[in-house]
Amino acid sequence: MATVTLTPTKTPELMLEANSVTPDAFAGKNAEQIATLECREGKTHVTIGDFFTVSGNAGATAAETDIVIAGDCTRVKYIGSKMTAGTVTVNGNADMYVGGWMKGGKIHIKGNVDSFCGIAMEGGEILVDGRAQNHVGCAYRGDWRGMKGGTIRIKGDAGNDIGTFMLGGTIIIEGNAFIHVSTHAEGGTVIVKGNVDGRVGGQMVKGTIYVFGEIKFMMPGFKKVDKVDLEVDGTKATFDHYIGDLGERHPKSKGKTVFADLYLKA
Amino acid sequence: MPKLITQVGCPYCGSSCDDIEVIVSDDNKKILEVHNACIIGTNLFMHANDPTRPKLPRMRQADGSMKEIAYPEAIDFMAKTMLAAKKPLIYGFGSTNCEGMAAVARIAEKSGAVLDNCATICHGPSFLAMFDNGYPSCTLGEAKNRADVVVFWGCNPMHAHPRHTSRYSIFPRGYFTSKGQMQRTILSVDPRQTDTAKLADIHLMLDQGHDYELFDAFRTVLKGYDIPDVVAGIKKETIVKAVDIMKKARFCMIFFGMGCTHTDGRNHNIDAAISLTRDLNNYTKCSIMAMRGHYNIAGPGQVWSWIFGFPYCIDLSKGTHAHMNPGETSSVDLAMRDEVDCFVNIGADAGAHFPIQAVQHLKKHPFITVDPNFNMASEIADLHIPVRIAGVDEPGVVYRMDNVPIQFKAVIDGLPGVPSDEELFDMVYERMCELTNTQPVWIAAKEDRKHPANISAVNEA
Repeated sequence: MATVTLTPTKTPELMLEANSVTPDAFAGKNAEQIATLECREGKTHVTIGDFFTVSGNAGATAAETDIVIAGDCTRVKYIGSKMTAGTVTVNGNADMYVGGWMKGGKIHIKGNVDSFCGIAMEGGEILVDGRAQNHVGCAYRGDWRGMKGGTIRIKGDAGNDIGTFMLGGTIIIEGNAFIHVSTHAEGGTVIVKGNVDGRVGGQMVKGTIYVFGEIKFMMPGFKKVDKVDLEVDGTKATFDHYIGDLGERHPKSKGKTVFADLYLKA
Repeated sequence: MPKLITQVGCPYCGSSCDDIEVIVSDDNKKILEVHNACIIGTNLFMHANDPTRPKLPRMRQADGSMKEIAYPEAIDFMAKTMLAAKKPLIYGFGSTNCEGMAAVARIAEKSGAVLDNCATICHGPSFLAMFDNGYPSCTLGEAKNRADVVVFWGCNPMHAHPRHTSRYSIFPRGYFTSKGQMQRTILSVDPRQTDTAKLADIHLMLDQGHDYELFDAFRTVLKGYDIPDVVAGIKKETIVKAVDIMKKARFCMIFFGMGCTHTDGRNHNIDAAISLTRDLNNYTKCSIMAMRGHYNIAGPGQVWSWIFGFPYCIDLSKGTHAHMNPGETSSVDLAMRDEVDCFVNIGADAGAHFPIQAVQHLKKHPFITVDPNFNMASEIADLHIPVRIAGVDEPGVVYRMDNVPIQFKAVIDGLPGVPSDEELFDMVYERMCELTNTQPVWIAAKEDRKHPANISAVNEA
């Protein structure tokens, strides 16, 4: 494994759109070549070297490349977006689209992330030590095919629109969430370990949600059916099992209607 | 001898009334009387008589005062400032015609700007819901002639669209609704007892911010399932009764407004409303419509969707493709996150309507306002360029709230020397092309455009 270290040298005036900060773009390049990779700041064309000092050469392939950003990226978008393999570690905050459209590999953000973290993700792993803003693992605007696979773990709180139009994969929010969890989802799993304000599973067709804390406002379309003992993300507990959203369309399998499942810790 | 002009369009609200009659002085300079319009529309016409209307651009000076300058100087400043910026933001278009919107699209593309309109703080979430879930809508004529159950959800047309209820939704006698109001059942869903709610047969006074839950309850009842005894502060019996009325309607019409689009959940509220509309079509005919605010705020959605593929929040800074993602490319978010370095406010008042922090961020950079009148945005701007008033002294195409295009008339002559939006933006575009040594693309411009007729004459003036 080869490690490329980027050290921020200045804060972008606007936001830096660093689509090229991925193991895929770095693979097979040395430090000088990486520094010339193109980024955008508004309509101006800039390079990675304009904002970071680059040390270390990348591996031959994305899978053999580790990227470490030794500093804050609060004003850097698209870190690790569309990556397929390798790792990206940020020792600080990151802006929007962290791991958006990601297919594989691993991203570790040691600070907070802004909105659209892991949107339309297909595989791989995202770990955020801090908070996330809105639209974690959500679909891109207008797309009815949201997150398909992979894992997102947010250790802090998250905002609204978690896993909208989700089809697969897992999202774990260890803190609290605001509103709209798994809206329109047709698969996948969302685990919220804290409280949620409301709108959990609205318009949900299929999929699973686990909530360890309280739901302040329950959707009227969810009906309690039974009580179950489950082990979720290493925690054993008793959960109230709800099905829904009864107002939404639902497919049939083997003659039985398939509903989405919501497990709320009893 | 004063002249009577009939079939005039009103440049105020999204109802875009086209039955206004205006009496103007025989020299075509002054509006004397306005008939048929509501009081706000009447005032809009009368305002054009104001002798203090700005006639020249004003530039902020080093000492903070505003000084009148000539148009070529203002055009040059606007072109240079937008070209120099890394990411300019163009916002507004609540009150211009479609010709101006098409012209500004050329500027935006040339300067790599973000192009946004008032929908961003208004019905933008409705667009997002339409992307996700479709838009089973109709025209206002259909609502007038067919609808026997009308639902006003989070909107108050008695104040915001004063003639909407009399022209389209509650009172008019239509082809299948010959008894007018007597034949219509009105439902109002609003946390406040508005003047529209007072007209309703049933007023569902829900808890503020719980529209999504209430839509879900409606849908669950419609599917034949039970719901909790109280949802969003409304009793189960009331919800069941309301669903029954909508289900038994011959034609149910849902109008929704800011109460849905700008409370928590935003686009999801509309999304649920569209799903409810779709569900109701299993039983009867049902249609849904956004209560668009301005007379031509549906215009940029139409014009820019045709040009760029997106209705609002269009980031053209890449130069190769348009990118749209509200939350990132929406005006207020861009301002709050300090993501733009030049602001152009056109035919709207960002100074009055944006959060104060957003305006403070925008004020760090060049701030240009294009507006026929003095307003808050013009008073804090570095450059204020006056233009003619679309629908009063400048004709043009506008799109009504149901996306029906209407040709508006000019009723009086414009102020001498003051260009229309379209002429101004075409001059700025031409100047940008001169500065960047590129050829202007006039292929997409209409053949009978007013500009460029003689750009060199303007430059030499």
